[in-house]
Amino acid sequence: MTASTLTTPTRTAPAPTSDAPSTSAASAAAQRITGMACRNCGLAQPLAIAYVCPACFGPLEVTYDYDVIRASLTRDVIASRAPGIWRYLELLPVDAPPARSLPVGSTPLIPVDRLGAALGVDRLWIKDDTRNPSLSFKDRPAAIAAARAVEFGLPALACASTGNLAGATAAAAAAVGLPAYVFIPADLETAKVDHALSYGATVVPIDGTYDDVNRLCLEIADETGWGFININLRPFYAEGSKTLAYEIAESLGWRSPDVIVAPVASGAMFTRVARGFEELADIGLIERRPIRFVGGQAAGCGPVATAFEAGTDVIEPVREPDTIVRSLAIGNPADGRYVVEVARETGGSVESIPDDVTAGAIRDVARLEGIFPETAGGVTLGAVAAARRRGVIRDDDEVVALLTGNGLKTPDARSLGLPDGQGLAPVLKPSLSAFEAWLGSAS
Amino acid sequence: MSTVRIPPTLRAATGGEKLVTVPGGTVREVIQGLVAAHPGLEAQLIAQDGDLNRFVNAFLNDTDVRHLQALETPVGEADTLVLLPAMAGG
Repeated sequence: MTASTLTTPTRTAPAPTSDAPSTSAASAAAQRITGMACRNCGLAQPLAIAYVCPACFGPLEVTYDYDVIRASLTRDVIASRAPGIWRYLELLPVDAPPARSLPVGSTPLIPVDRLGAALGVDRLWIKDDTRNPSLSFKDRPAAIAAARAVEFGLPALACASTGNLAGATAAAAAAVGLPAYVFIPADLETAKVDHALSYGATVVPIDGTYDDVNRLCLEIADETGWGFININLRPFYAEGSKTLAYEIAESLGWRSPDVIVAPVASGAMFTRVARGFEELADIGLIERRPIRFVGGQAAGCGPVATAFEAGTDVIEPVREPDTIVRSLAIGNPADGRYVVEVARETGGSVESIPDDVTAGAIRDVARLEGIFPETAGGVTLGAVAAARRRGVIRDDDEVVALLTGNGLKTPDARSLGLPDGQGLAPVLKPSLSAFEAWLGSAS
Repeated sequence: MSTVRIPPTLRAATGGEKLVTVPGGTVREVIQGLVAAHPGLEAQLIAQDGDLNRFVNAFLNDTDVRHLQALETPVGEADTLVLLPAMAGG
């Protein structure tokens, strides 16, 4: 591992484009985006605002012609483009970048040797997605969904959120000039609510869990005409998380690591990161090598980890999540069975992490590496340690852990299990003698 | 007769109806009654083993029936059953 932080090139403002994609952009997109298909039965569908297979009710996904993409998207082409997710446009389900969008992506891949030593991992990298525009990886899928919403001519964006998507949707909507409606569990962390409100979104608190919020949004999504980015735009939204894989591979010099460790909520990000690496191998941008995929869930809401341990792909929903990790508190994860499939087929695992371990991991990475993640990041690092103990992570492995949200979103979580005020000096009088007295007593 | 709310993705099979009243004393019987009245729903709702398709979630009065007695959950005349795609969120 080199000593320097790896990143894709320094970001500059993207070149402006018109509001609507040009005819040539739409024409080129029509060559590479072939439509949609059901992940379950394979039924092909034309590209549309749709997410459910009309034949079997399975999930619809966007399909591409990889021969067309392979012929046009090379390492040199990517290197010639501005930083951010749009440098991988050909692998994304939009005609063209929107005229106005946030500078999402090209976040750094950072070597974390001190944390690696503490976790017993020889070569550990952090993909630091805490520094996206709204401070989480959700800016990636939100940007894709917002771009598609503009291309479809939708009047508003909306989402069901455990918190991070609330801010990302609100910010993306502000960027593209659409109103936003954000549905959240009423007891969500205040910082996340204020964050979404600050972008001008209408926040709709629901008296229930995230799964209650999601059910309600499923019922209203197709009635409102709004683009619910993780419901009726979900096939497009989910594709945004593939950019994590593209950036990791590019930052590593166009190769893949041995192990990827990521948090699991719905499972959409986890499965799309895996697909992202597959696509890069398919179009010849990286050598195809095995990657073990490790997921992390909170012990208080771990239906996917439970299924993995039980050796089944049947996800039993959790009715009442009980965890400080609100961003992962999805009791009925849509892509849960696919997460189990990816973890099992790649020789990975899905780990269940208690809240006290999560809080300790947040403190460790902040103290040792200067990176402050929100609770999902603590779960991810807990999963690194658990997978190391399990033997999924082996000696000499190169491991990339995805820290997907910023600690300022969950500022209280880091202190779980600590005495009140640890590390905080008493209020001192503004005098030298008071300072010296305190320093003497503290040392 | 309990009420079944039909999501837009299934309405083609119900002739566009949003609300359908169906007889049945359990969730299973209501779904069977719904499919009997609207056979076009069978492929989407019923799996090969006769159970509910794994891509469909059923909610009785807004509670996931898997948190109740699943398909054997009793259904009363004032109850409302909602059938929704399992693929969303996150």
